[in-house]
Amino acid sequence: MSQKELLKVENLKQYFPIKGGVFGRTINNVKAVDNISFTVYEGETVSIVGESGCGKSTTGRSILRLDEPTEGNVQFDGVDLLSLNKRKLRQKRKDLQIIFQDPYASLNPRQTVSQMLNEAMEIQNVVPKNERRKRIAELMELVGLQPYQADRFPHEFSGGQRQRIGIARALSVDPKLIIADEAVSALDVSIQAQILNLMKRFQRELNLTYLFISHDLGVVRHISDRIIVMYLGKIVEIGDKKSIFENVQHPYTKALLSAIPVPDPEKKKERIILKGDVPSPINPPTGCRFHTRCPFATDKCRKEEPVLRNLDYMEENHQVACHYVKQIHDGEHKQVY
Amino acid sequence: MSQTSEEMVYKPKKTESHRIRSLKDFYRRFKKNKAALVGGYTILILIIVSIIGPFIVTGDPAEQDFANRLATPSADNWFGTDHAGRDIFTRIIYGMKLTLAVGFSSVILGGLLGIPLGIISGYYGGKIDSLIMRVMDVLLAFPGILLALAIVSVLGGSLINVIIAIAIFSIPGFARIARGSTLATKNLEYIDAIRALGAKDTRIIFRHIMPNILSPLIVNATLFIATAILTAAGLSFLGLGAQPPSSEWGAMLNGGRDFMFIAPHISLFPGLAIVLVVLAFNIFGDGLRDALDPKMKK
Repeated sequence: MSQKELLKVENLKQYFPIKGGVFGRTINNVKAVDNISFTVYEGETVSIVGESGCGKSTTGRSILRLDEPTEGNVQFDGVDLLSLNKRKLRQKRKDLQIIFQDPYASLNPRQTVSQMLNEAMEIQNVVPKNERRKRIAELMELVGLQPYQADRFPHEFSGGQRQRIGIARALSVDPKLIIADEAVSALDVSIQAQILNLMKRFQRELNLTYLFISHDLGVVRHISDRIIVMYLGKIVEIGDKKSIFENVQHPYTKALLSAIPVPDPEKKKERIILKGDVPSPINPPTGCRFHTRCPFATDKCRKEEPVLRNLDYMEENHQVACHYVKQIHDGEHKQVY
Repeated sequence: MSQTSEEMVYKPKKTESHRIRSLKDFYRRFKKNKAALVGGYTILILIIVSIIGPFIVTGDPAEQDFANRLATPSADNWFGTDHAGRDIFTRIIYGMKLTLAVGFSSVILGGLLGIPLGIISGYYGGKIDSLIMRVMDVLLAFPGILLALAIVSVLGGSLINVIIAIAIFSIPGFARIARGSTLATKNLEYIDAIRALGAKDTRIIFRHIMPNILSPLIVNATLFIATAILTAAGLSFLGLGAQPPSSEWGAMLNGGRDFMFIAPHISLFPGLAIVLVVLAFNIFGDGLRDALDPKMKK
């Protein structure tokens, strides 16, 4: 299937300087995202998973230029986002929207919902002034709220309703790509399912593309087409949902997947418990960043950085960054601990 | 579905009623603090008196009556007369307008300069921030009255110059509070959301940051009015503000200084007036802080 590339990220780096000393010099950098590349095709849902602090959210924010990336290349629909000037970028922002994690912080407490939606349409001038009221009513219905509720303030809504408002705001400018930054993590499980199904429906109806950032593998499994696994600012594994869940390769992804609870008390499951904590992204480990915690690590892992590669026994789109992935697969390489 | 969208023709009035409701909310919280309520009403009465007072009080604040010098309070002269036989009550009523004008205009002027500086500093950060805040630090390094004194002695003594001087020394306070609140607000997700929608910096600052940082600034302004009035009176007392024939309270205090032992009422009443106004603004400001920022309660 040849799909159109909508978003192409190449060698993206996001370093946050640590200032210090008398003159505020840059002493060091937090390497939140370190040289990652991936492509998102039109109409699909790509998830980025990983534990806290692995750079998932930063990746999303860098693509939107909410934080200016340190280095790299972001192509959106054939346009280089990072080279746009302020004015052009503002216009382009119409096509890329974001849904935030915290539905309590992502809405201005002093604006009513209709003011909020109206302002979004005003900024991008997507709907003529006299039709905006009608459009607000449509959007409210679209996300499952009543049009008359548009005149209420955010504090009059529940968390799930607020998240719907956040989605309505993102949809109000007819975007092509929506970055959902932990969009359902703050909601309880029953509401999560509602919001996820709502998002899936919009994808079908409005031909949206999602970049879904989450730490919740159950949610990711439900919504994604492809999955990117990140560890400490790097991509360790990338592939179709099916091949990741059924034919997992990287030791880190294996550990992640083993943490998903299985609703079957009979089924025996091997939990992989990693030793230690995530190292600091200020001075990340040399070589493979996962070597400090990997049960298979050798001297090679400590010295050489693995690149993402596809091996013949894997699915076509499946890539893994591990020196010993084949040996582990074949059972030739044994665990060190 | 289509039926509901017909019904929905929404009434902008509802928004109004929410505004009013949040105002009512504020008043409900505010009136719990009885002292602040008294302060608020005192200020209101003082403002009304300063506006209509001159029409009610018969007589001229500068009218001299040498036959009736240094008279003690009586039915004719409620607060007595001063060394030139001028009625002190009349002069205090006339002086109230000056006092409040100095207080309000210096704070407004200081706020107009300080708040934008603080917001720019906090919003853009970096070198602009360092530059602005270092200048503010320099201003803050001087004790307030000393700075005002220095400015007035350079500009020359008059009430306008006193206002300018007080405005200048109020700038750092406003700038600091505005900067701090801007720093806290600009990283909130709804600011990111509006940025992701493609809003310009001016829209973000004026429509989204400003309304959300207003309450601490209002509190600061109210409390600073008290300081401004006190400083203005102090400068006039030192002879650097309003000049002698004026009925400014600080100048009246100064006028009564030579007669402190034989006619203490000349200084006493203007002094009490200053205390009343400053106290009213201070307790009103405290109450305002509690009501606008309920989370800050100890």
